Amino acid sequence: MNPEKAPIIQMKDIQKHFGSVIALAGVSVDVFPGECHCLLGDNGAGKSTFIKTMSGVHQPTHGEILFEGKPMHFNDPRDAITAGIATVHQHLAMIPLMSVSRNFFMGNEPERKVGPIKFFDHEYANRVTMEEMRKMGINLRGPDQAVGTLSGGERQTVAIARAVHFGAKVLILDEPTSALGVRQTANVLATIDKVRKQGIAVVFITHNVRHALAVGDRFTVLNRGQTLGTAQRGQITPEELQDLMAGGQELVALEGSLGGTV
Amino acid sequence: MQDATKPTAQTDERIKEISAFRKALIRPELGGMVGTIAVFTFFLLFAFDSGMFSSQGIMNWSIVSAQFMIIAVGACLLMIAGEFDLSVGSMIGFAGMMVAIFSVTFGWPTWIAILVTFALCIAIGALNGWIVIRTGLPSFIVTLAFLFILRGFTIFLPQVIERKTIIGGIKDVAEGDWLAAIFGGKILQGAFVWLGDAGLIATFERGTRKGQPVVDGIPMLIVWALVLIVIGHILLTKTKFGNWIFASGGDAEAARNSGVPVNKVKILMFMFTAFCATVFAMCQVMEFGSAGADRGLLKEFEAIIAVVIGGALLTGGYGSVLGAALGALIFGVVQQGLFFAGVESSLFRVFLGVILLGAVILNTYIRRIITGER
Repeated sequence: MNPEKAPIIQMKDIQKHFGSVIALAGVSVDVFPGECHCLLGDNGAGKSTFIKTMSGVHQPTHGEILFEGKPMHFNDPRDAITAGIATVHQHLAMIPLMSVSRNFFMGNEPERKVGPIKFFDHEYANRVTMEEMRKMGINLRGPDQAVGTLSGGERQTVAIARAVHFGAKVLILDEPTSALGVRQTANVLATIDKVRKQGIAVVFITHNVRHALAVGDRFTVLNRGQTLGTAQRGQITPEELQDLMAGGQELVALEGSLGGTV
Repeated sequence: MQDATKPTAQTDERIKEISAFRKALIRPELGGMVGTIAVFTFFLLFAFDSGMFSSQGIMNWSIVSAQFMIIAVGACLLMIAGEFDLSVGSMIGFAGMMVAIFSVTFGWPTWIAILVTFALCIAIGALNGWIVIRTGLPSFIVTLAFLFILRGFTIFLPQVIERKTIIGGIKDVAEGDWLAAIFGGKILQGAFVWLGDAGLIATFERGTRKGQPVVDGIPMLIVWALVLIVIGHILLTKTKFGNWIFASGGDAEAARNSGVPVNKVKILMFMFTAFCATVFAMCQVMEFGSAGADRGLLKEFEAIIAVVIGGALLTGGYGSVLGAALGALIFGVVQQGLFFAGVESSLFRVFLGVILLGAVILNTYIRRIITGER
């Protein structure tokens, strides 16, 4: 897409075997800064295994990961986070009982020294949280508002804003829209657009073709642990994507009987 | 896509404005505050002439409340971190017995006995936490086991060593010991003499101590309670570690994903709870001058009740040290107040049950407003 840019992360011929099960049979994907790379695939296609390999949860059985042109080996998710690869999970990202600002800085608390004692700098945390949320288009009642009072889409946005604030270069979004309503999905997609414009690479995992086409620059389809190729925006129709995801033939037959509604 | 964000960037018309007054009122401690006011109003109306609000009366329920506060602070932080400790009561008995065995039976200097007891009890707290973390079992079960294990040793050891279940004579061996004074001493004695001389508080009217104030100072027990409350409150609300405590109890998995050392936080909180129980035991042993095998019975439940009255969530992630302290105050005032009011002592439980239920219902309602729980 942008020939002057080098890919920030390159996954080369990644294979992952779990015992006798081949979850990934040689997947290659390049992700560029400032692009939204959609990773599509049906359930069991290997999406989760692939992004877990990218974020350091799994080590590949075979293959190479290049990060900013250099070979990288992530032993655990911490390594990946330190390098600048942040994953936002659909669940397990926010603690509903805690305030937005406490959640935002969880694990990265700002501190202010008073004499020999270090205190949590609530003033700074609150200010930054409000600012970052406003940038993402969410107006909080206050930084002490509990995350539990936010909608699902807003929670995703807080998690994304947090990852961006703490210097993510690659943002992996694991099915961020799968449990959301129409309006909330639109909000999350708009957030993805904003993040991409800041030059951050977004890896957007979804099985919803329409969500992918709304923001995606490039589309990689996984099927049964293999890539069926990467397509650029404008080179592929929703129907073609849908077909690729389902592995072609069967869906065509199915679609005929359902009157083209899938 | 850009257009979709615009409506949310303005204020959402479905969220009602919350007035500053309501906002100031809606906090985790509210249930505890309401309960405290209710309890004091009740006793001021019905027991004012009973001596409950004379200097001795105030000292009486303050000491009982302070005892509850010391263990409530530990239980509160541990509960917010998402765990329970049911071994607190047994730990109190065990710590008291160990310091008595070390100082009286073994004849060690009292300060060494106290330090060794602290080290031993905090290590047991760490063991509790370590087992909970390593096995993934509910802390309820693990610490229930320690409730019996520690109580068993507390009864067994003095019988084997001294052939009795109460070890006395600690006052004599602790005489003049610097560390023992930090638990059993009193402060501000001069101020109380002055208050007595000025006729502001009651003095003895006959006997060898004629003219001296009946209440002759503030026991270190109360000082410990206040210090622990202040430290606990600051730790929880004003430090990075406090954020980790909330996070560990709120959702351990999400906290781990964000880089919070959840296991370390939980084990440290088990150790802090053990520390609080040991402080309680030291104050009690130094005051009574003896250690008994039945000390601290049921204290773990009283601590948990105080914490829950104070607004903490049993499942963790939410609560307040100040609330727990108010819960302990309510507990102490009700227990002693009914005695002053001349109410049949068995009714204490009825009264306590009613307050517990009322406070918890109010707290649940408040928490739903704050956190958006359904």
